[in-house]
Amino acid sequence: MAYSDKVIDHYENPRNVGSFEGGDSSVGTGMVGAPACGDVMRLQLKVKDGRIEDARFKTYGCGSAIASSSLVTEWVKGKTLEEASSIKNMDIAEELALPPVKVHCSVLAEDAIKAAIDDYTKKNS
Amino acid sequence: MTNPIYFDYSATTPVDPRVAQAMMECLTMEGKFGNPASRSHVYGWQAEEAVELARQQIAEAINADPREIVWTSGATESDNLAIKGAAHFYGKKGKHIITSQIEHKAVLDTCRQLEREGYEISYLQPNAEGIITPEQVAEAIREDTIVASFMHVNNEIGVINDIAAIGEICRANKVVFHVDGAQAIGKVPVDMSELKVDLYAMSAHKAYGPKGIGALYVRRKPRIRIEAQIHGGGHERGMRSGTLPTHQCVGMGLAFKLAVDEMDAELPRIKALSERLWQGVQDLEAVSINGSLTQRIPHNMNISFAYVEGESLMMALRGMAVSSGSACTSASLEPSYVLRALGLEDELAHSSIRFSIGRFTTEKDVDDALKDVHKAVNKLRELSPLWDMYKSGIDLKTVQWTAH
Repeated sequence: MAYSDKVIDHYENPRNVGSFEGGDSSVGTGMVGAPACGDVMRLQLKVKDGRIEDARFKTYGCGSAIASSSLVTEWVKGKTLEEASSIKNMDIAEELALPPVKVHCSVLAEDAIKAAIDDYTKKNS
Repeated sequence: MTNPIYFDYSATTPVDPRVAQAMMECLTMEGKFGNPASRSHVYGWQAEEAVELARQQIAEAINADPREIVWTSGATESDNLAIKGAAHFYGKKGKHIITSQIEHKAVLDTCRQLEREGYEISYLQPNAEGIITPEQVAEAIREDTIVASFMHVNNEIGVINDIAAIGEICRANKVVFHVDGAQAIGKVPVDMSELKVDLYAMSAHKAYGPKGIGALYVRRKPRIRIEAQIHGGGHERGMRSGTLPTHQCVGMGLAFKLAVDEMDAELPRIKALSERLWQGVQDLEAVSINGSLTQRIPHNMNISFAYVEGESLMMALRGMAVSSGSACTSASLEPSYVLRALGLEDELAHSSIRFSIGRFTTEKDVDDALKDVHKAVNKLRELSPLWDMYKSGIDLKTVQWTAH
């Protein structure tokens, strides 16, 4: 199947790959998906004064899953937690021109943002 | 961009140029274009002669009698004709059929159809190496078993079933034994004077012949009866009607002759290439082969690269044409049913790539492939949270995943 240019670009040059120290209280970590389903995303957000200052990801999954998570690391930077949690999977799917069978990749990316924010909030409450 | 290197010979093979030449001589006004069934003029006689020579070549390739060869449109039709044909003919004796979970869909879907018609099917599970043992078959046979169907060589993982031993058991129990041999010709010896196989399905395009033609071996001694599934002019002694495509028959006949004549020279070359490939990936950690390492054809290497997902790996391997055991493109996200039947964990099934090697693969092709594979696997593992966890000693089985 053919991938969109944007998926290929993120897949070839993934942005913000890596990890932060998980114990750091300014870091929220979200890991979603399962190996058995063929995709696992780990998204980490570094938060300062209520804003996302930086983000990192690692993803096991198809090209669309990798591209979706790479894209959201770009999108969340500079946003408040509230703004970031309002990112919708359909925005991701639209930006990357994901075909219907790959929409679940964007859902997973949305879930990863929410899980990372939850983790940060729990750590800091 | 140059075309990717072809590593998908188990999916199909290019037609050998010698075969293509012979086929072209059966198409135009100057060639043998006649209807092989035309009895009244030389055009028909020439075409019939060409088709019968090809039938002879198929028979010789498996050491059978030419009268035991029925032309079909391919292995899928042969499997349908064999299983439905025998089930329908012997249906009064019983309704039980035995097959395995890792057969080709041509067999599995045929069996599903027979289930809808009231037959009962036992789907045997292979062992972890991908093999159906003769003991398993013996245990599964009942009073009312009429047909057993197993593949000679598995299309996804390349393992070889012991059809000689399974044949002995079927014959002793008066069960009609059908073998799907689509992946076997030119790769393993097939001798119908030795094997107790009653029906044997073959395909041209897996052996450097054209697509759209196959054959079914139907044993004469002891005589095996099948009911026709396609009716018409009574061609092929009533078992399969339809005008014979002379060029296709000629192509398949010559392709089989070449494949068998050249097998002894070709096998060691393919074996060396597949060993080169297998040795070449050993320095990547967490790599495993799917299916028996010993009871296999060397042409097909199905390898799992743990912690890397198959589809993204294929995307990275754009310089080569391979296939994956992961089916992430389907909505179900289910990995290969063959790999699952071996008891492989889903994540390893998702991480598998089938490399299949053939007549036109060179040592340089394998070396180029190895370079690409190393680059791709290393890159994707860098990206993989699972690889991270594996490297820090976390057992992935102890993690609570959020399945979706």
